[in-house]
Amino acid sequence: MKVALFIPCFVNDLYPHVAMATAELLEGYGVDVHYPLAQSCCGQPLSNNGDSQGACDAARRFTGIFKDYDYVVSPSGSCTAHVKHHYPWYIADNADYQALQPRIYEIVEFLQDVLKVEKLPKPVYFPHTVSIHQSCHGLRELGHAAPSELMIPYHSRLERILQLVDGIEIKQPERRDECCGFGGTFSVDEPEVSVAMGEDRVAQHEATGAQYIVGADPSCLMHMGGIIRHRCRPIRPLHIVEILTGRGGAA
Amino acid sequence: MKNDNINHAAAAAAFLQDREQARWHDSAIWWVRQKRDMQAKQLPEWEQLRALAQQIKAHTLSRLDDYLQQFQANAEKNGVTVHWAADADEHNRIVHGILAAEGVKKLVKSKSMLTEECGLNPYLEQHGIEVIDTDLGERIVQLRQEPPSHIVMPAIHLKKEQISELFHRELGTEAGNNDPTYLTHAARANLREHFLTADAGLTGVNFAIAETGGVVVCTNEGNADLGTALPPIHIASMGLEKIIPRLEHLGVFTRLLARSAIGSPITTYTSHFHRARPGGQMHIVIVDNGRSDILGNDDFYQSLRCIRCGACMNTCPVYRRSTGHSYSYIIPGPIGSTLGPSRDIKKHGSMAFACTTCGSCSNVCPVKINLHEQLVLQRKRAFDAGTLKPAKKMGLLAMRFLTQHPSLMDAGGKVMRKVVPIVPDSLTRHSAWSRPGRALPEMPEQSFKEMWQARQEKKS
Repeated sequence: MKVALFIPCFVNDLYPHVAMATAELLEGYGVDVHYPLAQSCCGQPLSNNGDSQGACDAARRFTGIFKDYDYVVSPSGSCTAHVKHHYPWYIADNADYQALQPRIYEIVEFLQDVLKVEKLPKPVYFPHTVSIHQSCHGLRELGHAAPSELMIPYHSRLERILQLVDGIEIKQPERRDECCGFGGTFSVDEPEVSVAMGEDRVAQHEATGAQYIVGADPSCLMHMGGIIRHRCRPIRPLHIVEILTGRGGAA
Repeated sequence: MKNDNINHAAAAAAFLQDREQARWHDSAIWWVRQKRDMQAKQLPEWEQLRALAQQIKAHTLSRLDDYLQQFQANAEKNGVTVHWAADADEHNRIVHGILAAEGVKKLVKSKSMLTEECGLNPYLEQHGIEVIDTDLGERIVQLRQEPPSHIVMPAIHLKKEQISELFHRELGTEAGNNDPTYLTHAARANLREHFLTADAGLTGVNFAIAETGGVVVCTNEGNADLGTALPPIHIASMGLEKIIPRLEHLGVFTRLLARSAIGSPITTYTSHFHRARPGGQMHIVIVDNGRSDILGNDDFYQSLRCIRCGACMNTCPVYRRSTGHSYSYIIPGPIGSTLGPSRDIKKHGSMAFACTTCGSCSNVCPVKINLHEQLVLQRKRAFDAGTLKPAKKMGLLAMRFLTQHPSLMDAGGKVMRKVVPIVPDSLTRHSAWSRPGRALPEMPEQSFKEMWQARQEKKS
């Protein structure tokens, strides 16, 4: 099984350890992991700001780079949601994309739906309390959990996979799936609203008594992390793959 | 009327200056979202109802012309006069014409976002007709001479202390008496006078039923009923998308409307109007005002399914932290942020960007409008219409170029990682990222690409 890592541009530059943990986690399950070096940005910032030409070019480029792999896996719910659900706005007729689209997965989805994992590659003991940050695109576009607005049976992918970790205590913040306020370029277009939302979100995570905010979207964690650092708070954001590989405590 | 020049980001930043008031606003409206959840949870068929409502509206919009004609024919059979208005001006002229013909001096109005959209109040006042809004929230914002900040709860941005001050000034209530019951009684006594002395009543329309030619108005205060029962003339103004085909469809919507809007099983009054009372007149004004253009647009026609419940506002984390007054269009929040830009992208373009694309609005919407996707599609129109600030446009074009040239993007990333740690804090703390209280991320030594390449070399 040839799996290509799709590492979002900002993760490549700012969170290389998250990308490496993703690779190691997959390798731990015996997956043949590749990282196509020609990849750049998926084009979500262009799409979200109305640059359809740029977004379309980015979608074509992405398809060309990844089309020959068995699967594409990414540690970002938002970027995965963009390539999986919004590329059809631009290249719905592209045959290569049509063939690739069902093989694109966010990492937790890939572990649960393709590898169907029931244990971690090596046992992880993480004797801490974590508060789950359910990011919006993972939630409402990829269906990672039951959104609080919909009257459907409760489920949560993140909670389910964290059950495989020993010693962990899992909490949900009040308003369990409210947006953290990052929103891509929204964070700098409307910085005051963005930070106000993030401050509220961090406070709700803190109120659970957790030492860590755990999520599957590095962008939300970056935004909340910036607020936490500015306010010198003790709580720490962690990407879920950092816990699943047993690197979490060191971060 | 609303100021078209409001920029959401700037207005929201100003609102957030008073963080305590902003927190209160957020919690007050979040409470309504919670009440909606509690009500929705009690109906095992909630998601089926949403799907059904979506389908009924989608079907109706697919043959709107037929249903509108059927509605008109049936209304006229009931003796109602039906008028058609292509735009806001025509609507206002028609209403004024009806009132002027009967020498009306005072009009009592129940809640109608359409008349806000058309700017009816200032138009009639210029023509010497006194207009009294009779919904309590609408009356409050009318006395304050400001637009409603929410389509269902027009005065939700105000605390009871502010209303007490306003009523003391305008209605002569006791200074400092903030008791909501006392204040409501004072408003009630004042409004009762107006109901008794009005010459005509105007209502909005929640649903217009093609099969019967009747209109349905949902209120909680009974003001629409008093406003139509006392004066001899009833004018009902409706957008042309308010049609539903049959009476049997109404229950689907009334079950969704109040639960979605305010977390009640139903509105206190669900009033059906079919004909004028003996000796009276009933008029229905059907207004287009840009709706046909939206209907003809593949990306946005779904927004015409809206039943104006306001649930998208209550759930919107940006709306709750910025108030309706931060949006340039008369309808704020997610639904307003597609309807406003549909009307005029140059004036209302900033609204489409007042959104993190979290998608909560699309999930609470009782008629399943793809609201957050529409906002992204409106940004495409904003980009194409050239409404983006030059600096932002340049940034996007640079990003577009770098996306196609990864080696340059990698080089840029490397420069960022080396330079940011040595730049003094004084230079970055005024950036949009850092200004409101958010530190820059720590810069790692190596990018993942560099780490991966080193790892592959070691392996081989």
